Amino acid sequence: MESDIATEMAAVRPERVVLAPGIDVARRVTGAAATVVVLLVGLLLAFIAWNGIALFRHSGVPILEVFAPVWQPDPTSGETTYGLLPFILGTLGVVSVAAALAAPLSLGLALFMAEVAPPWARRVMQPAMEVFVGIPSVVYGWLGLTVLVPFLAANGKWAGFTSGFSWFAGSLVLALMILPTVSSVAYDSFRAVPPDLRTASLALGTTRWQTIRHLLLPASGAGIVTAIVLGMMRAAGEALAVQMVIGNRPLIPRSLFQPVTTLTAQITLDMGNTVAGETWNEALWTMGLVLVTMSFAAVVLVRLLTRRAGPR
Amino acid sequence: MSYAPTIPASAESLAPTKIRVRDLRISYDTRVAVRDVNLDVPEHAVTAFIGPSGCGKSTILRCFDRMNDLIPGASVHGSIVLDGEEINAPGVQPVELRRKVGLVFQKPNPFPMSIYENVAYGPRRHGVSSRAALDEVVETSLRRAAIWDEVKDEYRRKNALSLSGGQQQRLCIARMLATGPEVILMDEPCSALDPIATLRIEQLITELKTQYTILIVTHNMQQAARVSDRTAFFTLGDDRAGYLVEEGPTRMIFTDPANRLTEDYVAGRFG
Repeated sequence: MESDIATEMAAVRPERVVLAPGIDVARRVTGAAATVVVLLVGLLLAFIAWNGIALFRHSGVPILEVFAPVWQPDPTSGETTYGLLPFILGTLGVVSVAAALAAPLSLGLALFMAEVAPPWARRVMQPAMEVFVGIPSVVYGWLGLTVLVPFLAANGKWAGFTSGFSWFAGSLVLALMILPTVSSVAYDSFRAVPPDLRTASLALGTTRWQTIRHLLLPASGAGIVTAIVLGMMRAAGEALAVQMVIGNRPLIPRSLFQPVTTLTAQITLDMGNTVAGETWNEALWTMGLVLVTMSFAAVVLVRLLTRRAGPR
Repeated sequence: MSYAPTIPASAESLAPTKIRVRDLRISYDTRVAVRDVNLDVPEHAVTAFIGPSGCGKSTILRCFDRMNDLIPGASVHGSIVLDGEEINAPGVQPVELRRKVGLVFQKPNPFPMSIYENVAYGPRRHGVSSRAALDEVVETSLRRAAIWDEVKDEYRRKNALSLSGGQQQRLCIARMLATGPEVILMDEPCSALDPIATLRIEQLITELKTQYTILIVTHNMQQAARVSDRTAFFTLGDDRAGYLVEEGPTRMIFTDPANRLTEDYVAGRFG
């Protein structure tokens, strides 16, 4: 069949056809592109993993030291300890609070757009959300630094804020940043619920709210979790905006109102201070590896959830 | 064509009227889609709506549970009286009306949950919460919809989407019966099903009509002849609006219709 078409095409445009019948160009080109991407991702992961374990392999730091609570990488100021626990907990803490702040708002927005808003409002809001996604993170960071942090410092004394640079400030800025991501993924999962199910529910004499609460939300449960996890992944990977408002103290996070730090913030902060091959630099690679492992776990989680969601 | 009217002609005229339609007109924005429908639907009988595509049969059907309310721009004029009450009166809650008037769709549309939860969905929303009461309404509804024997072993766990098309449609009927309707609207309920599944639904319709008033839209004239007691024939006028040509006992419509258009349609000469 394919060779028939090739022969026919050869008859129509003889000057263009230089290939023997049966060679599928489209398949080769796309196949090559796919192979290159898979290869690139594989090499990248291997590279990060190789450099990430240099801390243990090359510098002989015990693996379990990674879970120590103290970060003291500078050999010029005494005994070194490469404890990454403050960063791991900092990332988890900042990201979780960001998700907790963003999730209700995002789901409300997604529900409004999917179920309540008239078509014209949807036409306005969807591009607005895309613009929202496109705002560079440094702008969020700058707003956080110049508006949010001074505001918290001036008005948050009673809650325990000192400088305004804090876990809470980081989470709030991240919440704002992931809001459109979570909303649009959740929106898509609401729209993916077939319209005839809504009609069927309403025809049973249920209200619109009952239909949302008892049909739409359960039916798009996996999609909602996916939306939140994707938002958390984006938040975990964000460095710049967080670094600008978080205070960057490598301490175990204890209070929402005090400075903390995250894996990404610490990597960007320390990058310039270290030289390739020194132990401090290797510890930064290890942080990268931890970050990649965390997002890998999130991807696996999303896969498992969407598979369990069944045929629809 | 063979058919067997289940109620003798004399009994048909004695059945009390369940729904009375007067001067019904339905429009979408400014376009009139259906006009001049006058119809008395008898209780505990099957009334079939037949007619060519686009003549507004389904649109009329969906007026009876006010599902047209959900379509932006649709407006309904005239009178539809159900059990002596005007269903478009300001005080009538569509949500209440839809419990009394159930709807079965063209394409089976079970919810992505267990068979049990599908049937319990309506009763739960209407405030039934006791386990025993739900168990009972689920079993009764599944039995009435003639699907109980096929699913009784695993209906609590099994996902409704894993059923066959015909089973899904009977499940949707069970789900609708669980809300306790008096009138059942069926919008081409067999058009997505194979002949065997169609036959089962038709048998079910005949069983259900002893307790329910049934209106069925169908493209299949043999089906109308097989299951219905009365038939209403609609067609499209020169103004592109659908209207009711005539309505009467099914036997009469198929053998001795009063209108030439009806005769041509049932004889397969157009449509």
